[in-house]
Amino acid sequence: MSQLSEQGQAHGSAKEYINGLIYSLLLTAIPFFLVMAEIGSTQFIVAAIMICAAAQILVQLVFFLHMNTSSAQIWNTSSAVFVVLIVAIILLGSLWIMEHLNHNMLMGH
Amino acid sequence: MSSIETAKLNESMEMVDDQHADHHDAGGDTLFGFWIYILSDCLLFGTLFATYAVFSNSFAGGIEPKALFSLPFVLAETALLLFSSFTFAIAMLKANSEQMPEMKRWLGITFLLGLSFLVMELYEFYHFSHEGATFDSSAYWSAFYSLVATHGLHVFAGLLWMIILFFHFKRDGFSKDNKVRLACLSLFWHFLDIIWICVFSVVYLMGVL
Repeated sequence: MSQLSEQGQAHGSAKEYINGLIYSLLLTAIPFFLVMAEIGSTQFIVAAIMICAAAQILVQLVFFLHMNTSSAQIWNTSSAVFVVLIVAIILLGSLWIMEHLNHNMLMGH
Repeated sequence: MSSIETAKLNESMEMVDDQHADHHDAGGDTLFGFWIYILSDCLLFGTLFATYAVFSNSFAGGIEPKALFSLPFVLAETALLLFSSFTFAIAMLKANSEQMPEMKRWLGITFLLGLSFLVMELYEFYHFSHEGATFDSSAYWSAFYSLVATHGLHVFAGLLWMIILFFHFKRDGFSKDNKVRLACLSLFWHFLDIIWICVFSVVYLMGVL
């Protein structure tokens, strides 16, 4: 997102991108090996997958898209936060409604 | 907030911004517009993920994903996309310092990585269909193909865009328009990487549990 505030002059450096790549590879490898080796209970693995995915999205946003809370980027960041809220409502709302529907229809029970 | 107020606010924001960097221009507006498009694309994928989650156990007695998913194969796909995100970032650095041959080389590598990803995905679809998991096998597979193929279509669009940009850069060099185009594609490519991380975690890793 550095491009938005400074046309043609990214804040990023090669070193920053290499760090971003290493973090993303690590955060991909950890849940992969947990699943392959079946370490711990299913709930533990699901939680680990979710945490690693969320961490990796943050890594991508910060290292590759240079997202931050500076005043120059406040519109980019606030619009993104708004979309995250809407997506959360869509996801959780769908799952919640459909689960109750299944329960009341006595399906899968 | 009225549009006039918004315009005033933008103006004052730009004034603040100008103190730091005096080259804030229409390119920034284009990029912000493109950012809004990407966020609307997030809504599209959010809906597809919700559909997938709702149908995640609706196999209709047919073949289940556990029997088909090969995690090492998908890990290779993921690695291709992660590396392509990195090589695109390097291409952006080269574009910022106006090094044309290097920029083209890194963009070319990004293109090849993206193309390999797409080929692997198509092979996977072919393999799944061959094993009896087609688009109309069950609600699960319909949701699976809608989600994963929509991401694949986006990657395909990104690859087409890269080819077009090659011709643009060949014709006009590092013009202001071309730099804005490359910056938009950069946003798009990193966004596709983020969506794939979600697909890898939710569809593949959780699918085999």
